[in-house]
Amino acid sequence: MRSYIIILTVILLAVVLNLPSQYRPFYRDLSLKLGLDLSGGVHLVYQADTSALPDSDRAAAVEATRTNIERRVNSLGVSEPIIQTSKVGSDYRLIVELAGITDINQAISLIGQTAQLEFRATQVATPSSAADFTSIGLTGRDLRLAQVQFNGGKIAGQPVVSLEFSSEGAKKFADITSKSIGQPLAIFLDDRLVTAPTVQSVISDGRAVISGNFTPDEAKKLVIQLNAGALPIPIHIIEQRNIGATLGVESIHKSLVAAAVGLVVIWLFMIVNYGLKGFLADLALVVYILIFLALIKLIPITLTLAGIAGFILSIGMAVDANILIFERMKEELRWGRPLKAAVELGFHRAWTSVRDSNASSLITAGLIFWFGTGSVRGFALTLAVGILVSLFTSITVTRTLLRLIYAR
Amino acid sequence: MHVNFIKYKWLYFGISLLVLIPGVFSLIKYGLRLSIDFTGGTLLEISNIQSPISNIQDLAKKQDLELSSIQPSQDNTYLLRFKQLDKDQNEKFKSALGKDVVEKRFESVGPVVGAEMAKKALLAVILASLAIILYIAWSFRQIPRPYSPWKFGISAVVALLHDALVVLGLFSLFGHFYQVEIDALFVTALLTVIGFSVHDTIVVFDRVRENLPKMYNKPFPEIVDFSLILTLTALLLFGGETIRWFVVALLVGIVSGTYSSIFNAAPLLVLWESRKK
Repeated sequence: MRSYIIILTVILLAVVLNLPSQYRPFYRDLSLKLGLDLSGGVHLVYQADTSALPDSDRAAAVEATRTNIERRVNSLGVSEPIIQTSKVGSDYRLIVELAGITDINQAISLIGQTAQLEFRATQVATPSSAADFTSIGLTGRDLRLAQVQFNGGKIAGQPVVSLEFSSEGAKKFADITSKSIGQPLAIFLDDRLVTAPTVQSVISDGRAVISGNFTPDEAKKLVIQLNAGALPIPIHIIEQRNIGATLGVESIHKSLVAAAVGLVVIWLFMIVNYGLKGFLADLALVVYILIFLALIKLIPITLTLAGIAGFILSIGMAVDANILIFERMKEELRWGRPLKAAVELGFHRAWTSVRDSNASSLITAGLIFWFGTGSVRGFALTLAVGILVSLFTSITVTRTLLRLIYAR
Repeated sequence: MHVNFIKYKWLYFGISLLVLIPGVFSLIKYGLRLSIDFTGGTLLEISNIQSPISNIQDLAKKQDLELSSIQPSQDNTYLLRFKQLDKDQNEKFKSALGKDVVEKRFESVGPVVGAEMAKKALLAVILASLAIILYIAWSFRQIPRPYSPWKFGISAVVALLHDALVVLGLFSLFGHFYQVEIDALFVTALLTVIGFSVHDTIVVFDRVRENLPKMYNKPFPEIVDFSLILTLTALLLFGGETIRWFVVALLVGIVSGTYSSIFNAAPLLVLWESRKK
């Protein structure tokens, strides 16, 4: 009884998750995520040159650069860009993936620019637009580092943003603050206003604090923006892969045809070889596909061309376990066991080899995931998910169906 | 499937050698043709080129580009490989080729990234082999006496090496004759094949283990991996161009895995086990 409930619940869940969103009782974006090789786009890997910075500031500088790239990419209107940092040995890398982008060269030149941070003063009593501020010769180069601090403010524990200027910058800053007490001093990043705190007093030691009712997140965000200008690091492309969108569409069509053909062949193969049992295994395979698709959307796993190959491969694996089991049953029957006992023994005897053989494939899937990126990882993930789901469908679902038929 | 695999064992071993020897020879003589994933470099696929190959070569020379090879793929489409090409050089080169050319693919990998990838790939293959050998040792640990887990394990490893060498050897030949390259996807296929090789051997040995005392002429019923071979063939015939060689590597490896489990590992084991008596 218990297995019926589990199976029916799982199937129901899988069906619901696969429904188009307007028929689903809840909303969550469950559209299939297509990898770059299917959607077309560009994959870029940048090397960040952090050699001019002390070790302690490097991670902050790379993070600031990443956020800055993200902001610029968003201005291009790319949907769901992926911008990641990675550390290889002592090198920092930035991985940028832009799906569906048409003007790749524009994106590359936009990403490659270093951030321009600038302090600007105003003569207007109540400035209303960026045009009211004018440059005063204090830039990101004069700022050494921005940090979040929790004990510098008036209220204990309230986060503030501390600025540390270079000695050159400290002189300029002392000069500027002495002239503009009570006035706002604006900070611009790439010509966009970031913040405009009011100067409270003359600051001559090059250490300023921006207080305000920051939440810790807001303070952190501001620090990252300031550091993009304070710790500018040159980046250059060390890997670029452009994938044309037409190639992707073609690939999807062909893969779908291949999957359909593979499926039909497997269905026929099982029915021809194992009759009713084969048909039940085919039903289990339908359940397998439903669960697999639901999981891919739910986790979510980005579907790549190699990932689809992994899926098609896993269809074969799903019935492979059934074949082992059915052959065992045939053998038990040959030795004169009654049908019901043969069914149970078939599953029981085949289980160890099904388990052991799938475990070896899981080990390699794990290593492939570790080794690869992008499309390769897609393959490892679909293979691993496929193996786990197929264990459930080819054992639990098929056995329940067989018991249902042969129990009487 | 009724296989008298002891009577014809030398035939089965012979067939394996027939496939292995040319491959291993090619591996030693020609090696593997590594793609830019591992060597670094630039791959440019352009279509709609009206000028002949010699013109393309001249143009590359004139612009001081290190063009290492030109390979025609479909009609009017060429795969060009450069030592390294940045985006400005690429634009200049394409516009010189004519305004109608269409860039289908542009891939550029720095030498450092390539070298890292190569190192990682090698490490992955070594780790996978070690992990699998450990796994074999673990899964055969409880074989009842008088059978030796070592014999089971070593036979499985021999089958694994067989499968890896078949795939590597064949792709060395493909590389030499059809310019097929070893890329990250190939390494993925190789790792998958290593996993499946053991998968098959475990299934077959499970039967051998039960039948050892009486198995000399027993029919061998399992159709190991036949369903996988079916689906992969569908993928090969109907799937896209881009992953064709990936699928070929998987298919060759899995066919070899099935073959080596039934026709090499099992007879080897039976031969070995029976010798001591």
